[in-house]
Amino acid sequence: MTLLDYLQLPFAQNALMAATLVAITCGLIGPFVITRNMGFAVHGTSELAFTGAAAGLLIANDAVTGAFVGSLVVAGLIGLLDGQERERGSMIGVILAAGLGLGVLLLSFYHGFVTAATNILFGDIFGVSAEQLLLLSGMAVIVIIAMTVIYRPLLFASVDPEVATARGVPSRLLGVAFLFVLALTVAGAAQVVGTLLVLSLAITPAAAAQRLSTSPLGVAVLSIVFALVSADAGLLLSLQFPTVKPSVFVSGLSFFIYVAARLASPAFANRRRRSLAAEAAAE
Amino acid sequence: MSVTIEPAEERRLTGEDVVRLADASVRFGSRVLWRDLTLSVPHGEFIAVLGPNGAGKTTLLKVLLGLQPLSGGSVLVEGKPPHGGSSHVGYVPQQRAFDRDLPVRGRDLVEFGLDGHRFGLPLLTGQTRRRVDEAIRAVDATAFANAPVGTLSGGEKQRLRIAQALLGDPSVLLCDEPLVSLDIAQQLAVMRLIDERRRTAGTTVVFVTHDINPVLPYVDRVLYLAGGNWAVGRPDDVITTERLSALYGMQVDVARIGDRVIVVSDGGGPTCHHGTDTGSCEERR
Repeated sequence: MTLLDYLQLPFAQNALMAATLVAITCGLIGPFVITRNMGFAVHGTSELAFTGAAAGLLIANDAVTGAFVGSLVVAGLIGLLDGQERERGSMIGVILAAGLGLGVLLLSFYHGFVTAATNILFGDIFGVSAEQLLLLSGMAVIVIIAMTVIYRPLLFASVDPEVATARGVPSRLLGVAFLFVLALTVAGAAQVVGTLLVLSLAITPAAAAQRLSTSPLGVAVLSIVFALVSADAGLLLSLQFPTVKPSVFVSGLSFFIYVAARLASPAFANRRRRSLAAEAAAE
Repeated sequence: MSVTIEPAEERRLTGEDVVRLADASVRFGSRVLWRDLTLSVPHGEFIAVLGPNGAGKTTLLKVLLGLQPLSGGSVLVEGKPPHGGSSHVGYVPQQRAFDRDLPVRGRDLVEFGLDGHRFGLPLLTGQTRRRVDEAIRAVDATAFANAPVGTLSGGEKQRLRIAQALLGDPSVLLCDEPLVSLDIAQQLAVMRLIDERRRTAGTTVVFVTHDINPVLPYVDRVLYLAGGNWAVGRPDDVITTERLSALYGMQVDVARIGDRVIVVSDGGGPTCHHGTDTGSCEERR
């Protein structure tokens, strides 16, 4: 079967569509994950998506819904306990460790397909049912709409919290809202790349984008493009080479893009300095 | 032909006060920051707020921003109780460091002043861009407005902060130590911008500072907060050995060297280094 044959099949089309939506959500939240220094929160949430997925498997044989519930619960916990910024790191560590232990315990009671467990950790979007793909896509659409609405005040509050508060931006409320948006995004990404590799879509594309642009909009656009290329091309490659999981290609591609962006960034910075100097001279 | 007059303009013409505090108090538990503060600030006045750390200077600004409720008394800004996000109020904070790779340019920071608090996508219309450009030009920041904020000097950032605060066309500018860790030339540039705005647009300035000297040439009155008490008046009347000793409840000496004012406490060592750039301002007991 060639790649084109695969693409005629509904399961491949649905998977590609879900991966595309998930990639857009990851690209959108990535720059905020970096600016708000929430890489560990992403990792913690995705580990807890694992616990949720294990519970989902055990109770209803549905890892996808379980992952969404698990990451939403942890977002609520972090939001609820998030009194001091300083404490957040240790708190996420505590919740992550306890939750992951619980997940392993739950899995030891599960006697279904052995691959189900590794699918949670390393992702397998092709193993996801049509209804679950629909859920995945729906969640992604919710995230995209929510991010469109809160984008501007969230950026203000992330970059310049003191002045944003003085200007009447509800910073704390936005922080909690972003946690939930992040939880939905992470649970979605976990289906494509697995809970262990979520950061390859949620942080790597944005980190690459930051190397190449200095404007918030430029970074957002590049971050989405890089996430899309990594996720979709990764999926297509794994259709071509079915023995390798999609997550391998996705994380490999996103890392490759990051390295390329790093190598290109000195040239970018030089060009930028020259154009700034020219502007200053023109003044 | 009739001329429409905006409410704010009308108040300015009739000389109504921009800020009015009556018997205002702020208490945290049993600790009283200040009590029975009564103060009226008219349009175009420059008032400096002085006092040791913990005297409640920043809290006063928070009250005027509508972020801190009073424990007693009342506060009005432009005739109304203040609320968060009021366009009457501009806010200039202390300068802070940004990460060098933060993807936010100077002009993005300025643009926050216009629409940062609004929900929805940041659609940059021609009008928005023009207003942002204009505000950047007004503070002479065009040369570095497209550089990432993490690469700018303190003085450059503060000029952009002023552009940001003025974009909303506020009738009162609240400044919280905007001169901290700026060199003297940068301090002067920032003060000139603020003073120019006050003169041309009649904007009231409430300026919290630990160091009176850079602002002394511009201030009309000072509000001195110390030990739960307060004093207000012209600098020469308030910053005196007698008034400050009464405020602090201990011997405090005021010395003048040339144009500079230095306040020294009896407990050995300066109470508050007016005139130095240490940024420390300790209350000694």
